[in-house]
Amino acid sequence: MMQFHRIRAIAWKELIQIRRDSRSIAIVVIMPVVLMLAFGYGVSFDVKHLRTYVYDREGSRQSQDLVRGLQASEYFNVVKFADGYDSLIAGIDSGDCQLAFVIPHDFSERLQQGMPAGVQAIVDGTDANTANVAMNYIEGVVQRYSQNVQVEWIERRGRSAPEDPISVAGRTWFNENLESMANIVPGVVVIVMAVVGTFLTSLTIAREWERGTMEQLVSTPVAPIELMIGKLAPYLVIGLLDTAICAAMGVFWFEVPFRGSVLVFFFSSILFLLVVLSLGYVLSVVMKSQLAASQASLLATFLPAFLLSGFMFPIDQMPPVIQVITRVIPARYFMTVIRSVFLKGSPIVVLWGDLLALTIFASILVLVATKAFKKQLG
Amino acid sequence: MKDERSVVVRDLVKRFGDFVAVDHVTFDARRGEIFGFLGPNGAGKSTTIRMLCGLLHPTSGEALVAGIDVAKQPEVVRQNIGYMSQKFSLYNDLTVLENIRFFGGMYQVPSSVMAERTDWVVEMAGLKGRENTLTGTLAVGWKQRLALGCAVLHRPPILFLDEPTSGVDPISRRQFWELIHAMAADGVTVFVTTHYMDEAEYCNRLVLIYRGRLVASGSPAELKRDAMRGELLLIECSPLGQALDVLHDAPGVIDVAVFGNALHAVVDSAESAARALRARLEQGGVAVQHIAPIRPTLEDVFVSLTTAEAQPQGVA
Repeated sequence: MMQFHRIRAIAWKELIQIRRDSRSIAIVVIMPVVLMLAFGYGVSFDVKHLRTYVYDREGSRQSQDLVRGLQASEYFNVVKFADGYDSLIAGIDSGDCQLAFVIPHDFSERLQQGMPAGVQAIVDGTDANTANVAMNYIEGVVQRYSQNVQVEWIERRGRSAPEDPISVAGRTWFNENLESMANIVPGVVVIVMAVVGTFLTSLTIAREWERGTMEQLVSTPVAPIELMIGKLAPYLVIGLLDTAICAAMGVFWFEVPFRGSVLVFFFSSILFLLVVLSLGYVLSVVMKSQLAASQASLLATFLPAFLLSGFMFPIDQMPPVIQVITRVIPARYFMTVIRSVFLKGSPIVVLWGDLLALTIFASILVLVATKAFKKQLG
Repeated sequence: MKDERSVVVRDLVKRFGDFVAVDHVTFDARRGEIFGFLGPNGAGKSTTIRMLCGLLHPTSGEALVAGIDVAKQPEVVRQNIGYMSQKFSLYNDLTVLENIRFFGGMYQVPSSVMAERTDWVVEMAGLKGRENTLTGTLAVGWKQRLALGCAVLHRPPILFLDEPTSGVDPISRRQFWELIHAMAADGVTVFVTTHYMDEAEYCNRLVLIYRGRLVASGSPAELKRDAMRGELLLIECSPLGQALDVLHDAPGVIDVAVFGNALHAVVDSAESAARALRARLEQGGVAVQHIAPIRPTLEDVFVSLTTAEAQPQGVA
């Protein structure tokens, strides 16, 4: 028979211990904020202000126009005008620039004659993603310039330049400015919750073993399920507060929109917290050591939430085997829900599949947690 | 009629792999009795007490605590017992009152009596005025009394104390034992393990356990009278080391050990051995000041029984 009396006593004791332990306070209050700031600023998929060397072998009005086009773009940051290939190569080698741009000595001459003039772009390909994006940007800049040249050329012959035959009227939904920040911040909320949630409870049971208090605790008539509920309840409340802090930081600090329902947000957060808190609790029961359990909890939550939840890499572009693996990563479902709650404001009916998956994971882990602890010594 | 036996142990065995920690132990403890469990470290005392509290599952045998089988209904057993472990195991980062309130909650002490019991524990532990002190900052003696108080908040009929006074100063120890006597007088069965011989004297009944086996049982007086094999001689002589060597293989001497600045020798017959040993010692160059039969202490009984137990195994 479950006794509310005992659950309350355990939850109350746990709260006092958290309050008196500066390390716990740090995990509860500071860790989410620090993680939010670190990931919010540190993880950016936008490529901007690429350090660029320019080797202008001509120095004509036209070539300088083209360089000005580069400089005007926020994507490039021209840091050096090189005077030879040697210094370009040195720049790329040392990592001082990611992009080197070479204008040939006959650039304006060829343009004058109506001949195609080639320019050279050397990109540091060690970061394939950045290299790709840089190439696209530079093509854009050059294309715009070359269009201008074409127009000038036609107009000089007394004809009006034609309109572009085809143009795309592109409009992006949900993240209008295509800022990766809007996509990252909700994802960071998920990662922070996964890490903090598991970390918090990974200490609770192990601490009792390490401090020797478990011996007294198991000699009382407390039932394992009472212990579990009493231990998890305070952390669920704390976890929800942390979630609210993260979400508020996302909205007010990082200025990410919040379009969905607060209710869906908190409902899914509770489900996900049940998953991660139970996981931390089980690790704590099994490991019996605070250090081992907290490290295992980081390993079990951080990497999957980071790599396999769709945060870093879109799931539909993963190899099929990995895609299957992501199905057992609870963070994947929560990621979908949270992103759509922030950016899309999708109604709950669209998210039911993800919410159902979270419910199933939460039920399984809570069940495992209730069974994990045995009131036996040695 | 109510069964007067509050703890019944029959053929209790606990194995850890190949190691037999508790080897077919059988005894009873009566209601209101202070029942001592005496033995050296590693003898199996804590293992036994943990089985009786339902913290370890017995390998075989039966143990009834308050009439309840510990292997089958450990939770019901826990409602009826208080347990205090060897190591202090209250929460150091909780205050005195917070610890009391927590364990009151765990034992479901009704809120109507909780205030009165809290006062009682604070009073008994001598912690009046320090209710809001962090438990971790208390001296060992106070901690032990607080732990005892928390273990009996629910007024259990049976109390298990596993080396409750280890590391406690003599005055605190005496106070602790006064509390235990008071509880026993109220009808609580107190089951206590110890390796202090003077503490064993406080018990109504004792069992001696050695290498997992029960080697003797009875009241301290009975043990001192009956459990010794042979009789005891006190020998004051010098030099002690040389005397020890001489007596070790003397005929009729079962055992000999240094006690303070004298020797205790266990012999078949004190009367006849006294003269023979004096002659043998003097022959061996030892000056004998005094030699006389004495009444054995519990320590003598204990040493004699454990060496008797150890020897056949040593030969085999």
